[in-house]
Formats: sequence, structure tokens, C-alpha cells
Amino acid sequence: MPSLGADMEAGTLVEWLKQPGDKLHHGDIIAVVETEKGAIEVEIFMDGIMGRQLIAPHTKVPVGTPLAIIEGVAGEQAKAAPKAAEAPPAPAVSKPIAPTAAPGAAIRATPAARKAAAARGLALDGLAGTGPEGAIQLADVERELSAAGAPAARKGLDLDKMRHAIAAAMTRSKRDIPHYYLATTIDMSRALAWLAATNAARAPEARLLPAVLTLKAVAAALRRYPKFNGFYNDPGGFVAREPIHIGTAIAIRGGGLVSPAIHDCDRLSLDELMAKLRDLAARARDGRLRSSELTDPTITVSSLGERGVESLYGVIYPPQVAIVGLGKIVPRPIAVEDKIEVRPVMAATLAADHRVSDGHLGSLFLNAVDARLQEPEKL
Amino acid sequence: MSAAAEMVAEVTYRDACRMALRDALVRDTRVFLMGEDVGHYGGCYAVSKGLLEEFGPERIRDTPLSESGFTGIGIGAAMNGMRPIVEIMTVNFALLALDQIVNNAATIRHMSGGQFGVPLVIRMATGAGRQLAAQHSHSLEGWFAHVPGLKVLAPATIEDARGMLWTAIEDPDPVLIFEHVMLYNSGGPLAAGAGAVPIDKAAIRRAGQNVSLITYGGSLPKALKAAEELAGQGIEAEVVDLRTLRPLDDETICASVAKTRRAVIVDEGWCSGSLAAEISARIMEKVFWSLDAPVARVCSAEVPIPYPEHLEQAALPQVPAIVAAAKGVVG
Repeated sequence: MPSLGADMEAGTLVEWLKQPGDKLHHGDIIAVVETEKGAIEVEIFMDGIMGRQLIAPHTKVPVGTPLAIIEGVAGEQAKAAPKAAEAPPAPAVSKPIAPTAAPGAAIRATPAARKAAAARGLALDGLAGTGPEGAIQLADVERELSAAGAPAARKGLDLDKMRHAIAAAMTRSKRDIPHYYLATTIDMSRALAWLAATNAARAPEARLLPAVLTLKAVAAALRRYPKFNGFYNDPGGFVAREPIHIGTAIAIRGGGLVSPAIHDCDRLSLDELMAKLRDLAARARDGRLRSSELTDPTITVSSLGERGVESLYGVIYPPQVAIVGLGKIVPRPIAVEDKIEVRPVMAATLAADHRVSDGHLGSLFLNAVDARLQEPEKL
Repeated sequence: MSAAAEMVAEVTYRDACRMALRDALVRDTRVFLMGEDVGHYGGCYAVSKGLLEEFGPERIRDTPLSESGFTGIGIGAAMNGMRPIVEIMTVNFALLALDQIVNNAATIRHMSGGQFGVPLVIRMATGAGRQLAAQHSHSLEGWFAHVPGLKVLAPATIEDARGMLWTAIEDPDPVLIFEHVMLYNSGGPLAAGAGAVPIDKAAIRRAGQNVSLITYGGSLPKALKAAEELAGQGIEAEVVDLRTLRPLDDETICASVAKTRRAVIVDEGWCSGSLAAEISARIMEKVFWSLDAPVARVCSAEVPIPYPEHLEQAALPQVPAIVAAAKGVVG
């Protein structure tokens, strides 16, 4: 049972999507697991053949329980797939099973690796070890964490559970993270003009939304100010992340909220970003997110512009260290040189972890977002 | 640093031990040296050569071959206000004085409720490598490091050979100093102003990120050589010189292991029930969750140290074994 969040303790296997004997390829979705965040599709990170399934559907098991045995490839012994498994009826272990971070599991992982994986909710099964006797060591976990994660949601969302998870994360955030808040107003006239010109020649379904520009601008600014892109964990402090995976807060009808990651946001073209955004929003509301999308964000961007809110001050999602809030783009009279003009403006806010950065750096970061939105053609 | 302190002279470890003795004898008239052959013969390892001529037979005292007797005399003298330095030829012979050291020197402060102390320093040679056969070649300092009430030092460098003695003499309780026989001829620079050094901290002799080589005494040069070889293979080893075997400097040991996440302990004692075992246990207790590999130990083979050179060398921790152990934990 993969851990799909630092607060997750157990999950329910909803269904198997692969049956014993099926061929598996890296990236295949092999099962669906229900968590507080909703139904998550479980990916497999190795090639092989589905062997014995240790856990029956509708069984709830603790994180780390082996779910199934993946028959090895090329003479390798069977390894456990990252899967959910079960606690009470202990599976008769006749074959080597690669469990996740479960205590007493047969996975060969070092204490340092286990601790880091547990802190980040990473399942160890399926990770390749480079330590002594093939042990998974800290460097392997860090490599995996900086790459991508697990599977995703599917089926209906349990909004009560989601509310519970949000409560836990936000309580932890407000308890542990000394937030500071900054705001600036960004003139969006150039960005909107460029969008209008670009969209004019496009079919409606191919048009870009302003959110694409703002996300890309945030990503570009993060590249320059890495102190807002990464994780803060208690022992060890802040570790910046090389990839920029922006969690995009998406409201769920009926209540609730998810912030799936758009991976490598700074490397995507505007069109790719737009496609990702549409896909994510659709799947999020449908409850079909992948676990890597839920566990990977290195920063969050939240926008309530659609809801008519002009500014919002976010609560950081631990262990991230910053959240950017974007308000509605509204026409406002502003001073342009020595005249007053009506221009579309947007309030951009930053809530950041004061343990990691100071207001001075935060200001530079917000200014960098602003600067990039003044040159939309370069995004 | 004064100009005098910056001047350096090339000295041997033996010279540094002698300088320390001479300095103590000059500084404090309560200090005297006592042991087998320390006077006319100049010490079995020539450490006290010339001191009899300079300080006279009252302060450089040859004793009979009676370790229990002269160690007990040293304890009595210390309790009565003197600052004796007892030299025992080798730790192997200190077993004859074990009763005095463990039952008297180490216990009197406690058993007298603090009324009496034993400010005694005992120096002794330890270790193998000179083809002196089993009864002269064992490394038993770990046994003494087991005993509450004792401090146990293992100077491995010229500076420590020069500087630990005075700090030990100033200590109000018994301190044992172990000088490895293979270090006496080693040479190195010593600042003219070199003097007393602390005896409560381990030292990082070489910094590195990938593995901690934790060692002391005669194994330090081997660990440093191994670190050099490892560096050539892309592995940066950090070398921790324990310096003090009791009490162990857990803080320095654990900080190093927490950083490198891997530890190899090099100890010329036997593996079973050794200092290496104790250090390994402390690493488990204190920094288990930082480890990226099981702790490895490179110790002497579990045999009486052999006489023939090739067998003696085969029984001792050697550079290739340290390199192999380090590569083993780095993976």
C-alpha cells in the first residue's frame, strides 16, 4: 500500500486492474486504492508479470503492506509491486515480497532511506537500490522524490475524508510554519493583449487562458528564486527541488480541494501547459488523479479569480514552503506615468515559510513574476 | 599565535613523549616517574632517556619487576599529594596491576564518598607490529576503557603525545595513556610552543562526506592511508581520531556518522566485546536513522598475536582491509 501523503496511514484496495498473469510495464495502472484524498490509481514502476495478489478488493490495509507479488524479470526474483496490501490476515509469505516502508518488510532499505521515504510518503517498493547489497539508500530515495511519484485518483471522491485530510494538513501548516505574507498588484494589460492576439486566430478549444501565462510566469520566477521551490522537513531543514512541479489548487464541486502537480512547469510550452491544465481540472473533478500528481508539488499556486475574489492569502501545504495566490483580473484606474488609466490588474500574493526565506527575497520573487507578465511573448 | 609557536621542529613521537615528561617534571616538583627500566636504561622504548641525568634518582625511579607493587605505590603517592607518572612496559604486563588499577585507583574517589582522589597517570605501550609475540603485543586498552573511574587516552599524533600528558596530570582522577609501539619512530613537525591539549574531544583528522573511518592510536596512520587510497577511487572518507577512549566523545562520532551515514571502525583490539563493539552500539543507539549501511569493523584476528612477521601482519588491521570495508559500506 503506497503512502499517498504524509498523513496517510491506511488505504482500501478498491479494485485490481491487472490480473495474475498479466504483463506489466513501467507506468501501468494496476490497481485503484481509496484514500482520504479520493480513489487513487496505483502505478507500477517496473516491468514484470502480475503474480499472486495478496489483498482482496474492499480490504483496508496499513501503508506499507504488500499488495501483490510482481514476478521478476530476467531471472530476478519476484519483487513486490507498489501495491496496497493488508494487515490483519497476514499473507503467507512464501515468495520474496517487496513491501514498502512497512516495519519488518523484506525490502532492503537503509534506516536513512526509510526515514526519508516515510517523511515524504514514498513507497520503497520498486525503487532501485544502489547501496551495499543493492540496498535502497538515502540517495535513491532523494532521486525518486525529485523525479516523480505514484498513482492517482479515480472513481468518486470521499469528500468527508478529503475534508479530514485538508484539516490535518492545514492544522499542521498553521501550527508549524511561520508564514509571512506579501502582495503586489500586477498590470495585466500586456499579457491580456498578447493573449487576445494569440487566441484570435485559434479555434475556441485551442485558446489559452490567462492562468497559463501566470503559471508559466511563476515557474520562470521560481527558476531564479529556488528558495520557494522545495520542501522543509524537520530534521534536515529546507531542501530545494530542481524540478518545478506546481501544485494547482482545484476546487471540487461539493466541497474539497486538491492541488495536483503540473510537472516541470517551467519546461512546458504554453500549449502544453494549457493541455495539462484542462486535463488536470477534468480528472481532478472526476477523481482520477495519479498519486505522483498528489505527492509531487514543490509549490502551490491558488487562484480564486473565477470566483470573483480579488486577492487571497494561502496556507502553505507542508512540506512545501510557499503558496502563490492569484486574484481576479479586474479593471482598475491606475496611474500610468502621469495619467490615470483604466487597466486590467491582478493581485498576486505570496505566503512563504519564514524559516526558509525572508520578505526581501519574497518581494524579489513577486517582482520577478510581475516582470515576466510584462513580456508575455517571452513566456 | 606567537612567533615561537609558529616555529616548528621535526620530532619523533618518542621525542614528543619525552618532551611531555620533561615539561611535567620541570613544571611541578610533585611529579615523578616510576617504572621498570625508566632510569638507567632510559625506558624500554627510550622515552625517558636522559631524564635520570637531568632530574636524579628521586624523581626518575627504577622499580623491580613488580607491576602490582609499583602501581600501588603510585596510587598511595597520588593520594598523599604527589603527582606520580607510572610507566608500565606494556599493557600486557599491566594485567599484573589490574587489581591496583581497577579495585583501587578507579574506585577510591567513589568508595570514600569523594574524600580521597587518585591523581595518578599511568603510561604504557600497547599494540603489535614489532614481532614481540603474543605476550607483548596485545591491544588491551579496550579493557580499561570498560572501567568507570578511569580516563583512557590514546595519543596518535605528535601533538597529542606532547600535549596530553600535562592535561592528564592536572586531572584529579587516574588517567591511563596508551602509546602504540609502532608510533614511537614516526616523525612529524611540532610547533615550538606546543603544549597541553584537551583530553575530552575526538578529532577529525581528515574531512569527508562518504564514510567515517573511526579509529585511534596506532591504527590512525593506517586509516589516513586508506582514506588517501579511497579518495583516488572517488570515495571521500572522514577520519575520526577518538583520542580519548573513555569517556568516548559521542558527539563528534555521531556528528560525523550522521553526516556520512556510514561508519567503519578500525580497532587493533579483538572484535568481540571491543571498543569497536561499544562504538558500534552507540551509533545504533544515537544515529540509527541516519545510517545508509550497516556499521563495519576492522579489528585484529581473534587469535593471540602471532610471532612470525607474515602472520602478525595478517592478524592486524591493514590498509587494504580498511579500504575494502569502506567500499563495502559505500556500496
